[in-house]
Amino acid sequence: MKFMRVIHSIPYFIVCCVLPSSSCAQVTFGRLLNSSKEPQNWLMYSGDYAGHRFSALDQINNTNAAMLVPQWAYQTMAGGKFEATPLVVDGILYGTGQDDRVYALDARSGRPIWQYQRLLPADIRPCCGRVNRGLGILGDKVFVATLDAHVIALDSKTGNVVWDVNAAEHGKGYSFTLAPLVIKNLVVVGVSGGEYGIRGFIDAYDAATGERKWRFYTIPGPGEPGHETWEGDSWKIGGSPAWITGTYDPTTNTTFWTTGNPAPSNRGEGRAGDNLYSDSLLALDPDTGKLKWHFQFTQHDEHDYDATQVPVMIDDGDHKWIAQANRNGFFYVVDRTNGKLISATSYAKVSWSTSKDAMGRPVPDKAGAPTLEGNRVCPGAAGATNWMSPTYDPQTKLFYVTAREQCDIFATAPQAYDAGHAYYGSAYFPNDEAQPFWGALRALDPATGKLKWEWKHASPTWAGVLSTAGGLVFTGDAEGNFIALDAASGKALWHFQCGASVFASPMSFAIDGKQYVAVAAGSALFAFGLP
Amino acid sequence: MAVALRAQGKNPFSGDAKVAKLGESQFRANCAFCHGLGARGGGRGPDLTSAQKHHGNTDAEMFHNVHDGIPGTAMPAATEGGIGVGMSDEEIWQVITYIRSVEKKASAAETGNATRGKELFYGSAACGTCHMINGKGGRLGPDLSSTGASRSVEYLTESLRSPSKRLAKGISQPLKDFAQEYETATVVTSDGTKLQGVVLDEDSFTVQMLDTREQLHAFEKTKLRSYEKTRESLMPAYDAKALPDKDLKDLIAFLLAASEKGGGQ
Repeated sequence: MKFMRVIHSIPYFIVCCVLPSSSCAQVTFGRLLNSSKEPQNWLMYSGDYAGHRFSALDQINNTNAAMLVPQWAYQTMAGGKFEATPLVVDGILYGTGQDDRVYALDARSGRPIWQYQRLLPADIRPCCGRVNRGLGILGDKVFVATLDAHVIALDSKTGNVVWDVNAAEHGKGYSFTLAPLVIKNLVVVGVSGGEYGIRGFIDAYDAATGERKWRFYTIPGPGEPGHETWEGDSWKIGGSPAWITGTYDPTTNTTFWTTGNPAPSNRGEGRAGDNLYSDSLLALDPDTGKLKWHFQFTQHDEHDYDATQVPVMIDDGDHKWIAQANRNGFFYVVDRTNGKLISATSYAKVSWSTSKDAMGRPVPDKAGAPTLEGNRVCPGAAGATNWMSPTYDPQTKLFYVTAREQCDIFATAPQAYDAGHAYYGSAYFPNDEAQPFWGALRALDPATGKLKWEWKHASPTWAGVLSTAGGLVFTGDAEGNFIALDAASGKALWHFQCGASVFASPMSFAIDGKQYVAVAAGSALFAFGLP
Repeated sequence: MAVALRAQGKNPFSGDAKVAKLGESQFRANCAFCHGLGARGGGRGPDLTSAQKHHGNTDAEMFHNVHDGIPGTAMPAATEGGIGVGMSDEEIWQVITYIRSVEKKASAAETGNATRGKELFYGSAACGTCHMINGKGGRLGPDLSSTGASRSVEYLTESLRSPSKRLAKGISQPLKDFAQEYETATVVTSDGTKLQGVVLDEDSFTVQMLDTREQLHAFEKTKLRSYEKTRESLMPAYDAKALPDKDLKDLIAFLLAASEKGGGQ
């Protein structure tokens, strides 16, 4: 409680850990709620409960960004995709990396304080790399969800395991890749495994004990509303994972989660119907896990259009929105008080849908369904965007998203379900006779869905976006550049060649009044600052 | 079971048509993204219907390549979620059974006269001006030492007749989705020098190229007076007048023969 008074009354530069001894107050739910009041810290995956990935720090700004230089790099020495966003609390950085490693660093020097390595069994089934995207934090614990489908609490000072619970059978294709979201005393996670015929769920665990408090199955069981949207027993193996961190609106006590593709991912035969709640936005009561409402982006998906993009909360006058640039190529604005669609506008090349239903939702064209010989559809299976975070900048009131202009040929590959084995039902691959594929950072006006500017990437990228009060947006490219752009115009002001593709979303923090911007690329986490 | 399957180094399902069908499913889910539908080659991976494979033809070699990946290439290991959705040892053998079922035995001898093809390559067709085979030839185009093993006769024919239709792939980078292609660049430097050549690599800020005189250049784009790029290959299109069908077959026979001898690496 003492701390709460401090953060309300003192400017952020001198809050908390300015003393070298740095024994700070613990991370309370109150601090998480008021994360904007301590911009020197980055307390959750998207920076705040609204999912803005916006930093109120402005020391690095559009007048001096050209002077940015690396401050340190931390090497995990692991191969594969490094997708994590670290947290920073009072001068200590808490991060994850490939193969479910967790580390705490001195955020000023990058020097490790402790490291934890999950010993993963040989029979885990990660569809798309041995990735982990980050941590949740509460009290003196950090929370990691692992590829063998465990949720683990580590002591934030030592990395010691405090509790470890198994959520599901990893041998059947269940895994976790996301950063947990902490709400009140609960650790909320969603499962991965849409490529293995799992039945998706979102879980909440008691942060103190690891006891599971609720589970929401993202596919309704017999007798539940929505169950009728699945053919026969297909609901049992219908996928619908929830592998990106949600957001939270404390004013209505609602947490927003998004779900992934129905299984098999690219073949609709055998699962006739809309396949709820795959590819959907879910509004849940965080205390009980009860569904308040849902909105489905892609009905009866056959193109792997997971809706697992951060559902960003935007307040504009009296409007309370969720904005999402969806993998299917449409930018959706949904009223977050009732789940009603406000608008759906394409922000990248789209060919799977050419019409809308009475609600205004784009509906799939029959002609776009995968065929045995192959059918070219845009966007491709990797999507017009994917898990990499967008950002909403409350200063420019723009939504910035990484867009990928890539089409694929979708061809069916019928297969029987076999527990623990891949369950795609199709193949997809780029058409090498087509024009070269490319990418862009796009600035969208959420009120209209209109493009304000774009920065073209040489090829499609998997880097997310950070906006800052310094009038900047930061992103990366597949060629290895980490780039600062002017948030208003899209002009590149600075770049640094990291030596490997940027495959993560950036964040920002400050220590002793000095601002840093951090991003993972290759096997390293880089921190940049002014000289 | 899995250990035993691997240890014997020989396909336990060899010639089994039912298993080949299962393998086709696995292939579509795991391999087609690079190697294309029907294993006929895609944007990134070689044609696997060729009986001659650059990284080994035996069951044991193919199993090893799929299971462990091929260092120094974009071919990942099947076991770590690197390939598609990952495959068990049994599934890898299914895929190999499938690949065997679609292999075509295109040999140099059946295709044309390789000796005459070599004369054309380094002589009147002038391929060797820009392409190297086993250390001999020019540098502007891709090295063709192993191309006969990794590309189908149809692909090679298309590359000769319509080189701009599918540009050859150059350098690839881990975690970058698409390899650099042999695009044509024309630059005018700050001092007014005009250069034309192939793009070896490029990002938003820089370009690395080899000009038509085989000189390497690296530029910051903002410091160039102009930079233009096209997908019109620097290689001339060899139509039936420039290269009659018989000559084309002899040339391809030479490419096949060159890679049958073990390639250039």
